[in-house]
Order: sequence, then structure tokens, then C-alpha cells
Amino acid sequence: MRKIPYFFTALLFFAITAKAAIEVRNFASAQQEQDYQTLTQELRCPQCQNNNIADSNATIAVDMREKVYQLLNQGQTKQQVVDYMVQRYGNFVTYNPPLTPATLLLWIVPIGLVLFGGILVLRRKPKTQIQAKQSAVQMDDEKLTQAEQQRLAKLLADKE
Amino acid sequence: MNKKYAIPLILFLALSIAFFVQLQRNSNGDDPKALESALVGKPVPTAMLQDLFDNKTHEQRIFQQGKPILLNVWATWCPTCYAEHQYLNQLHSQGITIIGVDYKDKTDKAIKWLKELGNPYQLVIKDEKGAFGLDLGVYGAPETFIIDGKGIIHYRYAGDVNEKVWQSTLQPIYQKLMEQK
Repeated sequence: MRKIPYFFTALLFFAITAKAAIEVRNFASAQQEQDYQTLTQELRCPQCQNNNIADSNATIAVDMREKVYQLLNQGQTKQQVVDYMVQRYGNFVTYNPPLTPATLLLWIVPIGLVLFGGILVLRRKPKTQIQAKQSAVQMDDEKLTQAEQQRLAKLLADKE
Repeated sequence: MNKKYAIPLILFLALSIAFFVQLQRNSNGDDPKALESALVGKPVPTAMLQDLFDNKTHEQRIFQQGKPILLNVWATWCPTCYAEHQYLNQLHSQGITIIGVDYKDKTDKAIKWLKELGNPYQLVIKDEKGAFGLDLGVYGAPETFIIDGKGIIHYRYAGDVNEKVWQSTLQPIYQKLMEQK
């Protein structure tokens, strides 16, 4: 009976991974199959937020996979398929969004932060040099006087 | 206070306030998962519009009624739609026109549902395969669109329409369109 907790703990080490449904599809060419694979990896499922449609089994993801297949079969290019989905679900649906004011902000802010940090570091440098100089002067002040030197020498000699 | 700490402190406070405000909004029903519709400002996509009851084909004109209407996407397999249905009946009795889209559903089940629970819809479009839903950018049921008198989509709401949502979000938009017409 005491082993039951161990059993459940052991269970925690087994990851239960969601497996996408296996769909049998016939592709006209190897290129088309390749395009299908990349597209389903690159399109985001609108329902499950951060899954691509290849990994998701939400009804909408199943529908979108089917639509991607159909559109490719009609001879549409990858870009046309992406555009088709963006027209319906907005830029959210692609993991590679175009440059818009919102995405621009997202990309510029990190660079701005790095620059800001760099400026901070550069501005700090002279200050530490001044401090180093000051502490050097202090060291000079703290040099032992001649009487103290003699006393120190005497103490050391005594010890030996 | 030491001047050195002023900037981090201000940054920290600003972030805390921003997070707090957003958390409050989320708890008041602002769902961060809800997507803006890509169709806002565009007309309802053209599609085969087949009636749920008699398979008759409707024309695109049904979305241009000269007054704002609601387009409600629902299905019998969706428990939230069940919860929503009573409120739609209520809106219907207030004289609001609602067009239904029976999304990826079985026709006989849908008809039975409307007979038992009441039919708040002016008409119901059958969308068994979800093709019209895909064109509308629907990613789950229920979803409700507000359409103006000319058939232009003004708003998409993902989730169930209840009294709170209607009064705080949908009605103001509906009212504005009503005055514009």
C-alpha cells in the first residue's frame, strides 16, 4: 500500500503528449506535400492560441488543414494560402506577421532597451574612474608615518 | 530618498499599475483570447446561403435590411449556445432581428432544438461543413456579428451573448447603427 504514492510519482515522469490526428491525404507532388507540411506548421490555430494547426485537434484546426489541402490542390501558392487565412482570421493566424505599427513597436522596444542599457553603462564608466582615483589618494594618506614604520619593523623583529 | 532608486521605482510602479488594470479588465469579461475580426468594416462574405428548414437558397440581400441586424453562429453541440439561447429569445421579443448560422451541425437536431427552445431567428442558414463559418473567420461557436443596414460587419463578439455583454458591449454599437440608418 505504501508504494502507491511512488507509483503516482512515477506516473508524473511520463509525458502525455497530444498527438495530431493522422489524416490520409494524397498529394499531387512531393513539393505539394512539402508545402502542406510547412503551411500547417506555420499557421496558428485561432482557437487554441499557441498551437499550430498541424498539432491541434480543435475543429477549426481540422477545417483549416482541410482548406489548406484543398487550396494547394487547386494550384495556389503558399503565399496565396496564407493570404486566404489572414483575410479571414487576421494577422494572428500566421506566425510570421507583417510589419504593422503594433509589430514595429514589438521589434523596436528591445533594441531601444539594449541601447538604453548601453548608454547607462558608458555613462557609469567615468564615475568609477573618479572613485578609483579618490581611493588612491586616500591610500596615500593612510601611508604609515616614519615612527609607525619603525614600530612595525620592531614588532615583526620581536615576533621572530 | 536616494535619487538612484527613483527610476526603477517609477518603472516598477508603472508596470504594476498596468498589470493591475489589465487584470481587472480581464476579470470583468475582457477576454484576451478573443480575436478582432478581420472582417470588421467589410461586407458579409458571399456564400451559398441555404435555409435550414426548407433548403431554399437565400440571396445576399438578406444581410442588407436597412437596419442593423445580428448574425449569430450557433450549433446544437455547443453548450454555451444553449446558455445563450434564452437571451436570444428575449432579444427577439424586443424586436431585434437575428439571423442564425447553424454551424457544422445536423439539420434534424437543429430543427428539433429550435422547436423545443423557441426560434429567435428571422431565418437560419445551414452551414453543415463550416464553409460559411470559415469565410466569416469563425473559430468556435457561439459568435455574434453586428451588421449594419448595408450589410457591413461592424463588430464580432466571440462567446455567449447575455444581459451583461449585451448592455455593456453590443447594445451601444447596435444603438449607434440604429441612429445612423
